[in-house]
Amino acid sequence: MTLAFDLFEPYGFQFFRNGLVVATIAGALCGLLGVFVILRGMSYIGHGLSHAVFGGAAASAVMKVNYFLGAGIWGVVSGLLIARVARRRVIGADAAIGVVTTASFALGLALMNRYGQASKSIEAVLFGSVLGVKVADIYAVALVALLGLAVVVLGYRKLLFSTFDRDVAQVSNVRVSLVEAVLLAMISLTILVTMRVIGTLLISALLVIPAASARMTTNSFSRLLWVSPIIGAITCFVGMNLSYHLDTSASATIILLDALVFVSVYGFAGVRNRTKMASLGHL
Amino acid sequence: MLSKTRQSILSKTGSPLIVCEHVSCTYGNAPVVNDVYLTINRGEFVGIVGPSGSGKTTLLKAIIGSQPVAHGSITIEPQLTIGYVPQVETVDWYFPVTVEEVIVMTRAKTKWWPRITSAERTAVREVLEKLGIADVANRHIRELSGGQQQRVFLARAMFCQPDILVLDEPTSGVDVRTRHEILHLLADLHQDGLTILLTTHDLNGLAAHLPRVICFKKTVIADGSPRDVLTPQVLETTYGAPMEVLEHGGMPLVVDHGRVAMRGEGK
Repeated sequence: MTLAFDLFEPYGFQFFRNGLVVATIAGALCGLLGVFVILRGMSYIGHGLSHAVFGGAAASAVMKVNYFLGAGIWGVVSGLLIARVARRRVIGADAAIGVVTTASFALGLALMNRYGQASKSIEAVLFGSVLGVKVADIYAVALVALLGLAVVVLGYRKLLFSTFDRDVAQVSNVRVSLVEAVLLAMISLTILVTMRVIGTLLISALLVIPAASARMTTNSFSRLLWVSPIIGAITCFVGMNLSYHLDTSASATIILLDALVFVSVYGFAGVRNRTKMASLGHL
Repeated sequence: MLSKTRQSILSKTGSPLIVCEHVSCTYGNAPVVNDVYLTINRGEFVGIVGPSGSGKTTLLKAIIGSQPVAHGSITIEPQLTIGYVPQVETVDWYFPVTVEEVIVMTRAKTKWWPRITSAERTAVREVLEKLGIADVANRHIRELSGGQQQRVFLARAMFCQPDILVLDEPTSGVDVRTRHEILHLLADLHQDGLTILLTTHDLNGLAAHLPRVICFKKTVIADGSPRDVLTPQVLETTYGAPMEVLEHGGMPLVVDHGRVAMRGEGK
């Protein structure tokens, strides 16, 4: 029974229980939104946004501004800058994201180096910190998760239509730009509330890998919306536990676990079903 | 000549559904569609023909409202429902949806409930049956043949009971048999009273069979019946290459000059 006892050992710590709850919800939330991220080819946007927000988080830590306010405004400004640069058409949206977000990220790093005393919380933003989880964080993540669920359920048809066929959705009077704005806002909110807990690096991975793994298991859009959050939640839950016992970083453990799931599904789907391998066209 | 044919068409058929006046569209600074005057009336079956890059798809998108108009105006009859069928090549065939899900999508604006209701399921079956593909409802869109793919998107356009069907290159990339099937299908739908507007680069296989053809290269070159419009002068202006028009089975048959000459050399 010592093994069972060991397994439950981390549950004795308040910080671990809080971190576990936040990570699991964040995994489900990122898995859900990740479906749209991979189907719309937005994975670079998720990646970029999380890196841009890192700069904002670092700046607000140095300037002692409220994190949500500072990083939130920073994220919005980065988004607008990306849209503005990309609209010129001379350089593509991917390059625009690359310029704006890496510059933002670099600024965050520079601030972290220069102002040592604030660096603790900045590092937490980069890699996440389960130690720093407050009850307020749980509420914030849970609230955004509920909001995300509501958006996906209530907007299901509009989201599906405008993701699959933007032009025809527009002709059918779906307000495509509004749908896209809501989706981007949801992704930004998700990044904002989960960043301090699970970190920049984990967020961009969580927005892609569970959905990509799920995509290989099914050709049904509605099932994808179930499978992807489940994979996200389970890998986060198991990864958190593993990281305690292996004494590894929580975000690294979760990403590695997600990658392992992806590789297993990839191998399995390849052996079993050729038509489902075709679905890799999306990745 | 242009204004005369337009007048005769206006007096011949039903009320105007789409009126383009002085319409221009641009990509960056380059004009793609320039100074187009065009009227589509209820009950017509119209084909816009022109070489690739002639701006016919852009004009179509301007009409359905997904391409901004730089100058001029496009007047659409109020309460007009447009059923749009995109080019098969532009569809993401890897997307995880079944045929049924694709067709029900058009109700996205009016319904929010995620699940397909049994009433919708019945309606989907009806449309699919009408188009002769009743058995594909639950298939993933990748598991369809070329003709079935075209029909599924036709079914989606039909699902919202449109007044007008707008199709972009409905026969591009399909084999001869499928092209015949699609043409017959569209003719039947037109017979049932549907207005149809399509673009094509297929002169003999499609355009020559239609009651009204518009030759298009950035602007309307000629507009009328195939017999009036498919003439060597008009085709040369449209395609920028000399072409010969023969007569075959009472229909104009366009022959590319270059091809004839090469065959002659070979003998």
